[in-house]
Amino acid sequence: MLRDITIGQFFPGTSAVHRVDPRVKLTLVVCMIVTLFLAAGPVSYALLALYILSIIKISGIAPKMVVRGLKPVVFIVAFTAVLNLFYTPGNELWSLGFLHVTDAGIKVAVLMVVRILLLIIGTSMLTYTTSPIDLTDGLELLLGPLKKIHVPVHELAMMMSIALRFIPTLIEETEKIISAQKARGADFDSGNLIQRARAMVPILVPLFISAFRRADELAVAMECRLYRGDIGRTRMKQLRLGRVDFGAIAISAAVFGAVIVLGRFGW
Amino acid sequence: MNHSEIIKTEGLTYAYPSEDGTPKLALNGIDLSIARGAFVAVLGHNGSGKSTLAGHFNGIRLPSGGKVWIDGMDTADPDKLYEVRKTCAMVFQNPDNQIVSTIVEEDVAFALENLGVPPAEIRRRVDDALKAVDMYEFRRHAPHKLSGGQKQRVAIAGVIAMMPRCVVFDEPTAMLDPAGRREVMRVIRELNRRFGITVVLITHHMDEAVQAGRVVVMHAGRVLMDGTPREIFTQVDTLREARLTVPQTIEVLFDLNNQTGSDLPIDALSVSECADTLEKYLKR
Repeated sequence: MLRDITIGQFFPGTSAVHRVDPRVKLTLVVCMIVTLFLAAGPVSYALLALYILSIIKISGIAPKMVVRGLKPVVFIVAFTAVLNLFYTPGNELWSLGFLHVTDAGIKVAVLMVVRILLLIIGTSMLTYTTSPIDLTDGLELLLGPLKKIHVPVHELAMMMSIALRFIPTLIEETEKIISAQKARGADFDSGNLIQRARAMVPILVPLFISAFRRADELAVAMECRLYRGDIGRTRMKQLRLGRVDFGAIAISAAVFGAVIVLGRFGW
Repeated sequence: MNHSEIIKTEGLTYAYPSEDGTPKLALNGIDLSIARGAFVAVLGHNGSGKSTLAGHFNGIRLPSGGKVWIDGMDTADPDKLYEVRKTCAMVFQNPDNQIVSTIVEEDVAFALENLGVPPAEIRRRVDDALKAVDMYEFRRHAPHKLSGGQKQRVAIAGVIAMMPRCVVFDEPTAMLDPAGRREVMRVIRELNRRFGITVVLITHHMDEAVQAGRVVVMHAGRVLMDGTPREIFTQVDTLREARLTVPQTIEVLFDLNNQTGSDLPIDALSVSECADTLEKYLKR
């Protein structure tokens, strides 16, 4: 049951979208988010939608998977839509008691829904097409300049990649502990919420103890392999910008530029 | 100090702090010297101090009394610690807890990245190390999907990529199945024979110790016996006193001698040697 959990789901592939340098992808996603908030009318939104749909198409990721990824946010989207629908002033089209639907309300609600959906699909395309380790490397390099003002960028990236490394190991261990406790008659599936939460204690205690022991052993092993933080480190994998990267930057810059210009005119 | 020795200890003692204030002596006066290029097995039952001793060989533990020199460097000197660890690397028991990265080749590169080796050279040394442990085709795999023996070989590759002169293995096969144990032992023998790396193998498996050139038996924090496998394993009574079993090949002949009053040579270290001796006995 725990195996279904995938943190920041990643679908491996070799498409052009997959091959774009993680630093470029991260930067472009940030630019895309900014652009989304500068878009104003149907034309600019349509252009951005087209941009994101083509990314999905090129990446070769099944649209079904992308739609599935939207499930957790359905409620927020619906909530925003309803709020905007009823609380935007404009020409009243229809009203019932204190609820008023206006022409402006419908327009804002639709654009708002499109904006949130594009925002979520656009950002999830980043994690769908970039392996977590590439993402961490990209973040470390992009945020590298912050080291000058003593932000522990390297340490944070190292912690993140060790966490990623140990997720499968700890999941495996949790399953073993669950089986062991079940074999001793533990019951995880019945009772009310509090009883079930209490039933988790015999799983969490051994899991925590073992996680601390692992952390201790790993720290010694890392020291033995000459780790001493960020002092004089090099990297085997060197990221270099290539044709795919410049292509992605050029196309994205054109789209974002057009959206911003169109947005200025309210289109 | 003699230049042919890579590890040397003199009057080494180590005490664990205990709850009631009286320190518990885990090592009690160890004088040991290990020659360059040797393959030494350190045997002992649980609590004999063998793992504590291993920890002293690359500065994970520092002596409470006495001295440890690695290639002439005193491990107690903080300025030398980095060099000590570069000279004498260590492979631990649990492969899961010594693999840092989510990709095999990235993990092998870890020590080299820490050393600040240029990227092109890291690439070359990582590939060489992976080929040496026969894991090259798995270089893009995720470590958690490998078998125990494969993980341990990745850990060994990560250590030999540093090109240490000496590698200490702290019960490297204790958590592996028989197939994994054989793989790892083959790699360890290769390191010693092909690359001339000094190997110190901490173990409680007799059949692994037999493969070494020299066996050191630890008991209650002291060195009980020290010699070639043949010298050590024929002293069945002393080994049993130290709560160690003897290799099955020797046990068979020893018990046969005791029960039948015959005087077979009991120095059979391999199954074929044992079979030869038995054949001669039966044909007699």
